[in-house]
Amino acid sequence: MSIAIRNIKKRFGQFNALNDISLDIPTGELVALLGPSGCGKTTLLRIIAGMELPDSGSIAFHGEDTTEKHTRERQVGFVFQHYALFRHMSVFDNVAFGLTVRPRASRPSKEEIRQRVMDLLKLVQLDWLAERYPHELSGGQRQRIALARALAVEPKVLLLDEPFGALDTKVRKELRRWLRRLHDEIHVTSVFVTHDQDEAMEVSDRVVVMNSGKIEQIGSPDEVYHSPATPFVYQFVGNVNLFHGRVHEGWARIGAMDIPAPDLGQATDAPAIAYVRPHDIWITREREGELCVPAVVKDISRIGSLVRVELEDEDHNEIQAELTRSGAQHLQLNAGEKVFVCPRNVKVFLEPGK
Amino acid sequence: MSNANVTAPIPRNIATREATWVRWLLIAITLVFLTAFLFVPLLSVFVEALRNGVDAYWEALKEPDALSAIKLTVLVAVIAVPLNLVFGLAAAWAIAKFEFRGKSLLITLIDLPFSVSPVIAGLVYVLLFGLQGWMGPWLAEHDIQLIFAVPGLVLATLFVTFPFIARELIPLMQEQGKEEEEAAVSLGASGWQTFWHVTLPNVKWGLLYGVILCNARAMGEFGAVSVVSGHIRGFTNTMPLHVEVLYNEYNFVAAFAVASLLALLALVTLIAKTWVEWHTQRERSAAH
Amino acid sequence: MIKKHSILPGFGPALGFTIFYLSLVVLIPLSALFLKSATLGWEQFWATVTAPRVLASYKLSFGTALIAALINAVFGLLVAWVLVRYNFIGKRVVDALVDLPFALPTAVAGIALTAIYADNGWIGQYLAAQGIKVAYTPLGIVVALTFIGLPFVVRTVQPVLADLDREVEEAAASLGATRWQTISRVIFPTIMPALLTGFALAFARAVGEYGSVIFIAGNMPMVSEIAPLLIITKLEQFQYAEATAIAVVMLIASFILLLAINLLQWWSRRRLA
Repeated sequence: MSIAIRNIKKRFGQFNALNDISLDIPTGELVALLGPSGCGKTTLLRIIAGMELPDSGSIAFHGEDTTEKHTRERQVGFVFQHYALFRHMSVFDNVAFGLTVRPRASRPSKEEIRQRVMDLLKLVQLDWLAERYPHELSGGQRQRIALARALAVEPKVLLLDEPFGALDTKVRKELRRWLRRLHDEIHVTSVFVTHDQDEAMEVSDRVVVMNSGKIEQIGSPDEVYHSPATPFVYQFVGNVNLFHGRVHEGWARIGAMDIPAPDLGQATDAPAIAYVRPHDIWITREREGELCVPAVVKDISRIGSLVRVELEDEDHNEIQAELTRSGAQHLQLNAGEKVFVCPRNVKVFLEPGK
Repeated sequence: MSNANVTAPIPRNIATREATWVRWLLIAITLVFLTAFLFVPLLSVFVEALRNGVDAYWEALKEPDALSAIKLTVLVAVIAVPLNLVFGLAAAWAIAKFEFRGKSLLITLIDLPFSVSPVIAGLVYVLLFGLQGWMGPWLAEHDIQLIFAVPGLVLATLFVTFPFIARELIPLMQEQGKEEEEAAVSLGASGWQTFWHVTLPNVKWGLLYGVILCNARAMGEFGAVSVVSGHIRGFTNTMPLHVEVLYNEYNFVAAFAVASLLALLALVTLIAKTWVEWHTQRERSAAH
Repeated sequence: MIKKHSILPGFGPALGFTIFYLSLVVLIPLSALFLKSATLGWEQFWATVTAPRVLASYKLSFGTALIAALINAVFGLLVAWVLVRYNFIGKRVVDALVDLPFALPTAVAGIALTAIYADNGWIGQYLAAQGIKVAYTPLGIVVALTFIGLPFVVRTVQPVLADLDREVEEAAASLGATRWQTISRVIFPTIMPALLTGFALAFARAVGEYGSVIFIAGNMPMVSEIAPLLIITKLEQFQYAEATAIAVVMLIASFILLLAINLLQWWSRRRLA
């Protein structure tokens, strides 16, 4: 089931939650809505689910307009950050709920319901918990039950609102891999909201980066990470170094470096910002080519398999570089040492608002 | 009852909203029900009191028996409320700031007077101190009269208002924990200093809330004081008892006139209570 | 009572005073009640509490209290729902006035309700025209007890309803439940413990209520004479032992109710932790 979102606008009082959002989600894809809190991602998800009405615009499921349809008629499965399990019902009754509330004519028999619930509990690997109550379960187990409950109604679309946000790091990582595998098995069109870039990168087929009620970029995780479309995406997805400079007829001058900026051929002596990922900063003891600037090593810290090096150039700009352990061992850097830093894959944008 | 946050924002969520006609129907039923059971009775007190005009109303209130009933009611409350206040603070301090066995039993026992009929509350004191009671002969010998006298009224009032302040303070002080007090003690404050400068300011609104409710009940109690009073006009009749006497004498206007003072007290109580709740909520939201 | 170590002072005096005061005001007087009833002897006690007039008063007190508590459960839930979920003009005033029965002295409530529900009263005249007599009948007692018990239900249910997790309702809607299914199968079971507690509190209060009832009841022996009134009648006839016997039965019923309320709250805390 594909979803077509057209020109959705939504205001809450003075606050512009969604500003003319259009988005196509193809059948069977797992799409992440990624953005900081307040960017409108949850509002968009709730509009898709029919829990909020947009001020204008339309939503179509598989070509059929559903903008005016009530949540219960949309056949969406919704998974909440805090699970929203029914506390007074056993795990079994929670998962069976969506089937037992159907009108008598379309309600499966008791035996069929039992069968389907047990199948789903097996799918989420928790069939041994059927008779327990939610408060007896761990957070990760609760979220898997919430997912089974959402899947029980055979939704056309699965919507997940920060599904791992309330879990601790280890469980979160396990669960998102598991969700990815599950999606590969059942292929239901899924949209999930997250503010965690790693989560979006690891789980989704496509990432929609949102900011201030607008879509900044739509693309595969690789595209979003390696060719960010806007400065916001650069800063939000992954760590980044930022340099101020000026751009003139396709060339940017950042400090002592001249960097090609072919996208900005029209600009004449305009203020610009250049972005470089820390792992795209090379550190050498001798100058290698034009695109290197002298800098001083300030601090070296080891974070897992990476070594993070803090440097400062001659204009006192802070530069962050990331090396692999073996790379760092090879270099044998010391704090206070004078080196050269050579940025690669520099992306230049015009400074916004100037 | 708990001063809960009842002004949660009304959601505009369309998935969890009833149809408009259902909403209006439910609001209408609620208002009709509350009108018949709450508003009309309250209003009728004032209408009946003023039935024969303002002069008759004032005459009823200026009558010596009415005046002495007012004085007696205030006297009883002035004795009973502070005693229960001291008890409430002591009980809350022991229960909220310390761990000991039998605590939940103690809390249940403090709540006990709420589940005892006021008439039985009066009865127990008659059995203890009445002429036929356990201590009756001894008291008579020493010419001490408790029952059918002011001390009996105070005792019965103490009983029925016993849990009010403790019940407000215990959960509040439990919620606040004892870290601030421990900090104060570790900084060298004495027990009294800690209590006056740390504990009391933290519970002042809850305390006020409890005092307001306790006072309303103390001034308005009827069943318990009715048993121990003996209904001696001008001597042991509190305002509620005086209302009964006047009513049974078919002196309706006077009965409602005195009743209207009690109704005003109730309104003041409600306003003060709402005001305290508003303050508590404001302080809470400021703290977060 | 064994105390764990604490650096805070004052435990001994505070607890000592609490227990002393509790004993003096509540425990010793209440135990006097049981001691007095023991002087009767079992047979006499039984004869007293099973006398037709006493049985009739128990039946009336517990019966009318039960009906009033049921009315309060229904309307109290409705009032709490409307106050938490809907907006309308004057809501804050209505919300504050719900506590009126807590604040209004019972005697005042009694005469006011009698005045309006009497055959010539504001509301009573219309009911009388339909052949419904309220004042001076058991129905009047139900009216008074409903007035007394209302805030117990509203104020126990209201906070639970306000704390209810919105997402749970949205989850039910997204799973295809109609609004009524969501209310009856998801919301209602969640507030049930609070509703039962409020019901039990209103019932317990109504059983022992005296002040508001005696004006409206008519107080006819065997018909509209409540148990607390019978206690007072026995007292006025100096039949102390009999009054005590009637009181002991009521007190035990209250204790059972109190126990039930505590068990209920313990159970729901455990279940819905």
